[in-house]
Amino acid sequence: MKSILQHSLPGRDDITRIVLPNGITILVRINRNSPSVVLGGYFPCGSLFDTDEKLGLADFTAIGLLRGSRDRDFQEIFNTLESVGANLSFSAGGHTAGFSGRCLSEDVPRLLGILADALRHPIFPTEEVERLRAQFLTGLAIRAQDTAEMASLTFDQIVFAGHPYARPDDGWPGTIQAITRDDLEDFHRIHYGPKGFVIAIVGAVDVHLISKQVEGVLGDWNNSTQPDLPILPELIHLKKTKTRRVNIPGKSQSDLVIGTTGPRRIDPDYISASLGNSILGQFGMAGRIGQVVREKSGLAYYASSSLSAGIGPGTWDVSAGVNRENIVKAKELIFQEIQRFVDKGVTNEELADSQSNYIGRLPLSLESNAGVVNALLNIERFDLGLDYYRLYPDMVRSITLDDVLVTARKYLHPDKLAVAIAGS
Amino acid sequence: MTNLFSEFLLENGLKILLKEIHTTPLVSSWVWYRVGSRDETTGHTGISHWCEHMQFKGTPQFPPSVMERAISREGGIWNASTFLDWTTFFETMPSDKVDLGLQIEADRMVNSLFDEQEVASERTVVISEREGSENEPFFRLSEAVQHACFRTHPYHHEVIGDMPDLQSMSRDDLFAHYRTFYIPNNAVISIAGDFKTREILAKIRKLFKKIPAGPPPRRISRPEPAAVGEHNLTVEGPGETTFLDISYHAPAAADPDFFPFTVLDSLLSGPSSLNMFGGGGISNKTSRLYRALVEKDLAVSVSGGLVATADPFIYSIVITVHPKRKPEETLAAFDGEVKRILDTRVPIAEINRAIKQARALFAYGSENITNQAFWLGHAEMFATYNWFLTYLEELAKVTPADLQKVARKYFRPQNRVVGTYLPSGVKGKS
Repeated sequence: MKSILQHSLPGRDDITRIVLPNGITILVRINRNSPSVVLGGYFPCGSLFDTDEKLGLADFTAIGLLRGSRDRDFQEIFNTLESVGANLSFSAGGHTAGFSGRCLSEDVPRLLGILADALRHPIFPTEEVERLRAQFLTGLAIRAQDTAEMASLTFDQIVFAGHPYARPDDGWPGTIQAITRDDLEDFHRIHYGPKGFVIAIVGAVDVHLISKQVEGVLGDWNNSTQPDLPILPELIHLKKTKTRRVNIPGKSQSDLVIGTTGPRRIDPDYISASLGNSILGQFGMAGRIGQVVREKSGLAYYASSSLSAGIGPGTWDVSAGVNRENIVKAKELIFQEIQRFVDKGVTNEELADSQSNYIGRLPLSLESNAGVVNALLNIERFDLGLDYYRLYPDMVRSITLDDVLVTARKYLHPDKLAVAIAGS
Repeated sequence: MTNLFSEFLLENGLKILLKEIHTTPLVSSWVWYRVGSRDETTGHTGISHWCEHMQFKGTPQFPPSVMERAISREGGIWNASTFLDWTTFFETMPSDKVDLGLQIEADRMVNSLFDEQEVASERTVVISEREGSENEPFFRLSEAVQHACFRTHPYHHEVIGDMPDLQSMSRDDLFAHYRTFYIPNNAVISIAGDFKTREILAKIRKLFKKIPAGPPPRRISRPEPAAVGEHNLTVEGPGETTFLDISYHAPAAADPDFFPFTVLDSLLSGPSSLNMFGGGGISNKTSRLYRALVEKDLAVSVSGGLVATADPFIYSIVITVHPKRKPEETLAAFDGEVKRILDTRVPIAEINRAIKQARALFAYGSENITNQAFWLGHAEMFATYNWFLTYLEELAKVTPADLQKVARKYFRPQNRVVGTYLPSGVKGKS
């Protein structure tokens, strides 16, 4: 048992990390039990580079990569992928854009070929750009009707007011309309390149061969124009609780998000905040929040808390979907639970439960190739160290009641919360 | 993926399927009951799903908080699901903790409390779940289409149930449903992962053999008569986006027509992933409908779904209409593609391509222990596990002539319901 467990956690002795001369980082882990290969990666081409007027450009560019290249048109790209059951997609977030793909191990060269072609030689055909634009606009029209998405978007606008994180990566209808085909080409020409490019590959591959294959398609990629990420302004913290409502007519249920900003992933108090969040609204059937809002009061089908931490400050919030008659009651209960959390902290028993859960669930989160790719990318993105997942149990065990309380009080101030409500 | 598995039947009628997979220290154990929304009558719609919720509300041995805490402490995941034909409960745990999931399942097969107060609290939770679904234009449309497809067969209502029934059902209704269907001779246990068959079988015997069999529940038998004409309906609601749901009556999973139909689905709208618990799917941008509708700017997306069911259900094509087009234009182009498949035999290369795609999707799904255990039991709910094991072989036998025959049998206007979601155009504002 122990040997299988150790085997299942990635570490220094079974992760290969190679940095090519042009700056590309390759991470590989072999899984011979699987007939398939998963790859994923990221590069510094996110929406932080977007202007307010053309917000959504980074995302539009990333998704446009597969719409046609110098050597292949749209149908040829997807025929190459889909005819062998392979998959590849791109998207952009705030700091980075990324990709994920998978295929049977026999088709890896084919997948890498399409990946490199899309990254290096996209041509953004006008017809395809207009087709994508219609798809984005429809997506945004659907988003405007989605109570959960609109509550979450409004929440970000309150807590990150004046900061680029307040903006949705996929833009607004007006900004998507303002983007031209030439904007996509320019964005790609300036920002896309090997600097900061990371690719992780997991599955039935040979480390030496796969590294050579990646080097073969991306090793001679260069771009001297790649800019550094813009410097982000300081966050302006809320001075009092701020509430905003979005009216979406004709909805049976409203969504509610209450919370504030949270730690960065690399902050030393991230694991204490994460364990605290587990107790507040994750553990078992959504922790204390789930108990109070769903199990005891029957107010919602879903009610939980989440901690979202990235390169910069994240968010720490509680969300729930409730009938509009129950918004006030649900809001009161959530505020009470946050107050109790920062007043009294958590119990020994609660902390031990969540610590045990975090350690016990490691094999499950890392059982699949996709799970391991995620882990490798986390290690690289946040400079966690190749043995991070093997050291993780000890890090989790070392967190004390006091750590959780101090962290809760540092971030959660019940009189300075953002409240976003979307519904009818 | 290994095909080796073991099958056992206890004296009380409980069927057990076990599949050892020693790649990762996990075990996923599932209990399946042959009860779902098709076992419900008017006035009691949604009772199977609500009953599933009540299984998390505790027994004398495992009060609710004890149950969830025990699973979560060990780093396990657990959940449940109710569908047309079945209800299922699962735990995926580190392999040295497998006993816990089995103990909980054996206990709640007979000892769930259905406390009056818990029923009251869960009533509003289930109503909230339905209200959340009603927020989605597509739920409103698909509910209307499904209802129009079935006049006599109990597949006619959504699993969540109708609001008046959710407001009126009593604790005793729920408890009677539980007692009728949650019996060993109406259940299947499926377990996959890192265990030894002999050892786990002994554990299952010890826990489950004492549970007495009950009278075999009778399933409602009201076959749907042949459709006699195309049915068109509209649903109106908020938003700016028009959706189409075109649903054809389709064969049951065990029907020989199901495999040619699966290939048709793959050609028309892209390969459907069988991986409900990990593995993911693949894109459909080279499918016939994507090319005819999305690439012609008549739609912004199209997807199709064939569902494996015990009785004949429906095959639904869902289209998000292009904002500059009328749904009639999109439907006309859709019909053009259907006509092409009826009139012209599909080249063998296209069939081979669909099979390669299915093989890849199978490989992706085999990485997850939870997905493997899911299929071990799920296939038993409409056929046997052999259905799953021979799935790729059966697809490989499909010929162009089979495709045309099956397409002509099912893709008739008289055999379908066309639903259109018409948006009111009302936008939200802050």
